[in-house]
Amino acid sequence: MIERIGQRTLRFAGQPVLLSHAAAVGKKEGEGPLGSRFDFVAENDRMGQKSWELAESELQKTAIRRALDKGGVRGEELDAVLAGDLLNQCIGSFLASMHSNVPYLGQYGACSTMAQGLALGACLVEGGAARRALAAASSHFCSAERQYRFPLAYGGQRTPTAQWTATAAGAAVLTAPSYAPAGEGLRITHALFGKMVELGVTDANNMGAAMAPAAYDTLCALLNDLHAAPCDFDCIVTGDLGRVGADLLLTLLREDGIDLSPVYSDCGSLLFSDGQDTHAGGSGCGCSAAVLCGPLLRDMREGKLRRLVFAGTGAMMSPTSVQQGQPIAGICHAVVIERSGA
Amino acid sequence: MNGMEYFNAFWVGGAICAACQVLIDKTKLTPARILVSLVVLGVFLQGIGVYQPVVDYAGAGATVPLLGFGYSLAKGVAKAVAESGLLGVFTGGVTGAAGGIAAAIVFGCLFALLAKPRSKS
Amino acid sequence: MKLDQRKYQQLLARKCPRSPLWKDCLKAFLFGGAICTVGEGVSNFWQFRGLDTADAAAATAITMVFFGALLTCLHWYEKLAKHAGAGTIVPITGFANAIVSPAMEFKSEGLVLGLGAKLFVIAGPVLVYGIAASVVYGLILYAMGGGGAA
Repeated sequence: MIERIGQRTLRFAGQPVLLSHAAAVGKKEGEGPLGSRFDFVAENDRMGQKSWELAESELQKTAIRRALDKGGVRGEELDAVLAGDLLNQCIGSFLASMHSNVPYLGQYGACSTMAQGLALGACLVEGGAARRALAAASSHFCSAERQYRFPLAYGGQRTPTAQWTATAAGAAVLTAPSYAPAGEGLRITHALFGKMVELGVTDANNMGAAMAPAAYDTLCALLNDLHAAPCDFDCIVTGDLGRVGADLLLTLLREDGIDLSPVYSDCGSLLFSDGQDTHAGGSGCGCSAAVLCGPLLRDMREGKLRRLVFAGTGAMMSPTSVQQGQPIAGICHAVVIERSGA
Repeated sequence: MNGMEYFNAFWVGGAICAACQVLIDKTKLTPARILVSLVVLGVFLQGIGVYQPVVDYAGAGATVPLLGFGYSLAKGVAKAVAESGLLGVFTGGVTGAAGGIAAAIVFGCLFALLAKPRSKS
Repeated sequence: MKLDQRKYQQLLARKCPRSPLWKDCLKAFLFGGAICTVGEGVSNFWQFRGLDTADAAAATAITMVFFGALLTCLHWYEKLAKHAGAGTIVPITGFANAIVSPAMEFKSEGLVLGLGAKLFVIAGPVLVYGIAASVVYGLILYAMGGGGAA
């Protein structure tokens, strides 16, 4: 049963099980500090495909296939796939699932898509609409650049606040407890759907600044509703605020007397090292999806983390909206994941 | 042919680029807008008679930056209007810059066909 | 805390790193100057081969466009541009880069609607406004009496 607690938080009494998860990343991401913690690292970002869009869908397909294999679930046993990416009409995702013969729900939450998919998937499973659901998200540096910015070979200069769209995908299988092996560890206990927050940011090269207020809004609401302090969690991780946005979020919370820093991480800041010249860090749907479904959930399974808040962040914009002078809003969906049992 | 000629080309061309870098870093102007402004400015400066002396002094330092593209458009139109009047208004500019435009199209197609897609690292 | 747009913009002005202006300008100056110096050499080469000044200028433009297109095709231009900024955008080699790079990129959508149509997606406005400005200038010259001057 789904219960609303406080203002906006959803509590899943039945606690949908996060059965299995997998992450697939590109070459540069594989060379980063988390490289050894992903299930699949591509040798070539083109993935042997004719286009970057097909390469992205292949990467997402790889993550989905690995997640299903690890959970011992066959594709046709899924009652829903909730997948999304950054491309127009979510082409990376629908191409990845086009021939999988399962009910498909396309998601768009910009870079917060993985959190959106997990939260909605948990609702479907908890509400009995799906026995098993899969959430997936992907992004690809090359397909995103050509849609949002410039051709790859164009000689542009990136600003210090710019972030690097990760070539990455993550997938996670959710099941109702009765369909999971007994004693299974990871469960989704709460979710909170974010509101769009817009504070006059118009610079498409400063997504961290556009998203930080939304992360602030969501995390404040979640902590309030749960009557919790940051230290009640082992880790609170945002999607892809990057170094600029993460700094802004910590500053905003500090002004409220909340110190997030002891438990705080950001997927975008974790994915690349300083030497990889990504400027403010990683971004893209695949960034938070892969860091969650790779290193973070592995850490939970290994017992290094017991209670995690995954706050996926997204910047709501398109080249059209920016050219028409519209501001960029941030959005942040949060999911609480707990490790139960031994 | 002497050293000064190269030095002049170097510093004038470099200065034009550095001035545009200030615009990129300090204003919201995107590179595309700056290129458009440079070409129109080149036409204007040549029109009021300011750019020819710069070209005489700096050579390629003035003609290689996109201001020089505007300069050739303006020069072409002035020549054509003098020779063929109203018709020259329309034919002169493109004639003046025809080499650069045709080269860009032909080499653009050619190298695009030859190029291999590659990701950045 | 109630988030407030004015306060947040002040926070951004304080917290967001800015482009290193002097370093960027110095690099733009050096790279841009170097490309123009090469252009001077090319121009001298064509004059040495017997072209007059005007023809040499056109031949130089064509040659520089060729270099820009070649370096773009080899994925070298983007690597230079990362450092050079305006130093590689402003010279005519940058115009070539702006034409070749989308043509390369959108080849995957076909030779006509991909390569052909996207060739001018970045550099097109330069031609549109450049040629329009030249026509305006021509009209003024014509109105002033046949353009004998200038």
